[in-house]
Amino acid sequence: MEILLFGITRDITGQQKLTIPQENQPHTVGDLKAWLGQQFPAIKQLSSLAVAVDSEYAEDDLAINSNSEIALIPPVSGG
Amino acid sequence: MLIRIIEHINLAEAPAYLGSEETGAINLFVGTVRNHSKGKTVLHLDFEAYEPMALKEMEKLGIQAKEKWPLYEVAIIHAIGSKLPGEPVVVIGVSSAHRDASFEACRWLIDELKKTVPIWKKEYYEDNSVWVNAHP
Repeated sequence: MEILLFGITRDITGQQKLTIPQENQPHTVGDLKAWLGQQFPAIKQLSSLAVAVDSEYAEDDLAINSNSEIALIPPVSGG
Repeated sequence: MLIRIIEHINLAEAPAYLGSEETGAINLFVGTVRNHSKGKTVLHLDFEAYEPMALKEMEKLGIQAKEKWPLYEVAIIHAIGSKLPGEPVVVIGVSSAHRDASFEACRWLIDELKKTVPIWKKEYYEDNSVWVNAHP
């Protein structure tokens, strides 16, 4: 499963995008957030972290799979 | 609607798009790079966007604004890339028959854009740089 990264999430992970191995694949958005918090504790220091699935903001109970386009959305700061 | 993410903003584009003979009011908000932030000198800002989602969210805001106020047209343009102090980075433009609707919708659109549209800015100072809003 691949996860698109933007803004500070690229700095925290040191990667342009994340690849989650098959055996660790999260089943929901909430699972993904929990896994991220374990792997990258600095993520938990952010003001907020949203996840977008197929370019829409997603709730924690939404099921995800590797066919979805998944992106981490750290606190936005446009304008 | 004119919804765009672009490297360099042309300030003439939105008013040209919004103007028409039936329009009585055009409001334009232009956000620019400020050379100071929290007491520090800002050298430049870097903007990045999750473009497909940002365009979708900008379009949703335009549709909502048109539902909330009697507007003729809406323009939302955001810049990406490296921007120097004084450069425009966002343009919100709204046209309506009377000024109340366009003032209110313009204000609402920029406030909502800052909350929901997946665009990020990094401020570069003389000694370091930070992603704006990232930490409490």
